[in-house]
Amino acid sequence: MSSDGASVHAALVGVTRVYPARAGQPPVHALGPLDLELQRGEFFSVVGPSGCGKSTLVDVLGGLAPPSQGEALFEGKVLGSTVPDGVGVVFQEDASFPWLTVWENVAFGLRRRGTDAAEIRRRVDYALGFMGLQGFAKAYPAQLSGGMRQRVCIARTLVMQPRLILLDEPFGALDQQTRLLMGDELLRLWRETGATVVLITHALDEANLLSDRIGVLSARPGCFIAIVETGWSRDRDSTLAEDPRFGAVTARLWAYLRPESLRALGQQAPAVPDTLRSAAE
Amino acid sequence: MSLAARWRDSALVVAAILALWQAINLVGGDNLMTSPLATVQHAADMVGQARFWPHLRETVTAYLAALAIAVFGGIGFGVLLGAHRLTGEVAEPIFVALYSIPKVTLYPVILLAFGLGIQAKIAFGALHGIIPIVIFSLNAVRQVNRTWLRTARTMSLTPMQTVRHVIIPATVPEIFSGLRVGAALTLLGTMLGELFASQRGLGFLLMTAIDLHDVKTIMAIALLITLFSVAMNAAMLALDRRLHARF
Repeated sequence: MSSDGASVHAALVGVTRVYPARAGQPPVHALGPLDLELQRGEFFSVVGPSGCGKSTLVDVLGGLAPPSQGEALFEGKVLGSTVPDGVGVVFQEDASFPWLTVWENVAFGLRRRGTDAAEIRRRVDYALGFMGLQGFAKAYPAQLSGGMRQRVCIARTLVMQPRLILLDEPFGALDQQTRLLMGDELLRLWRETGATVVLITHALDEANLLSDRIGVLSARPGCFIAIVETGWSRDRDSTLAEDPRFGAVTARLWAYLRPESLRALGQQAPAVPDTLRSAAE
Repeated sequence: MSLAARWRDSALVVAAILALWQAINLVGGDNLMTSPLATVQHAADMVGQARFWPHLRETVTAYLAALAIAVFGGIGFGVLLGAHRLTGEVAEPIFVALYSIPKVTLYPVILLAFGLGIQAKIAFGALHGIIPIVIFSLNAVRQVNRTWLRTARTMSLTPMQTVRHVIIPATVPEIFSGLRVGAALTLLGTMLGELFASQRGLGFLLMTAIDLHDVKTIMAIALLITLFSVAMNAAMLALDRRLHARF
């Protein structure tokens, strides 16, 4: 894999993930086989029908769970079941620690790592400022809204200065307007850090707006049925939704996804209309 | 509710109890219940006498020993059982069933096993206190948010760091709730143990007073025990609320 140069940041090679049989239930083939090459500094989103293994994909890419077959690579090294230095993960569920203040939450990872106090202060204050949390440093998560708590989690990942950021439906629990604004902040963060970002989402317009490329997963076991390139400029933001090309990309994504979503619901899927299919290629 | 309002409500409850107590004394006379004032005076007299202290020491020693067993045993068992999903699922209904058994029925067995001394009281107290502590600790560990554990992994915490900085702070409030219930029940068990077949302790003084129909002493001991247990519970409840405030 590493032969094709420094531009490939992380990769999946023939990855499958099978959950072993449990008490009277057959094994579940959740994912794959999957091949993927993530370019350094790109914003890649993954969309797919519910239950298609999107979160499993994050586990494998982040080293939280080893693939059953194949290899996951990060910066040329094969991942096992530990999260390598340089990878940050933000989860869908609120993962802030309720017993710590916002400041302590953000400093948590650096403190465990033994970074020196002045450096921690510098980085935490920067991350809080970046995420618009400076006024809440001494607040506890229970005093914050869901959107603010998710910012805390993003800031907590940000201070670790990850080179690959994995976001597993981070805005899933937020309302639509908050989502759009958080999307803008995510783009700003991506531009400023130069990190490679992988976003798992079920919102097609969100994937469309934020991404350079979007991988569409099939119903379980999740395999890429298409990878759509958006071609947006690097300094895009949520005003992109006004662009007529924006609607066309969302329509293309849905054309791929609709039969899969129907299949996931256990129904007969009609074929993708030819007009849309040719537009996608 | 504001702090002032809470104090006012507590004061009202205490005043109502004292009024009712005084009223019973006025209607039924000193043979039914001594008046609040006479009870307090007698309690003060008893505490002032040297022969009272060995009894108090016996009860306190038995209680603290029972509490230590209930706390360490309860947290230890609960955490171990909660850490493994299947054992937790099997053990919890068993402990809940044990919790609902009136443990007085087991007292003869305890007496046969431990004899008439302080050991039987300790065992009986610990038996009462350990079960709620096991149940609360087991649930505290079982319900640790999995996303917090995954977060610990993404930050490459060692297992020791995960225990110290994630699992302990996440479980302490719930375990403390168990301790509060367990401490109250341990006191109940220890006192019950002293009421039967014992030769020392506040419970023994109480039974002797009942035999002699010494109403003043009965009331004075009941008052001392009540004050102690209400004070302990109030302090633990306040701490409990603080620990849960942020969850």
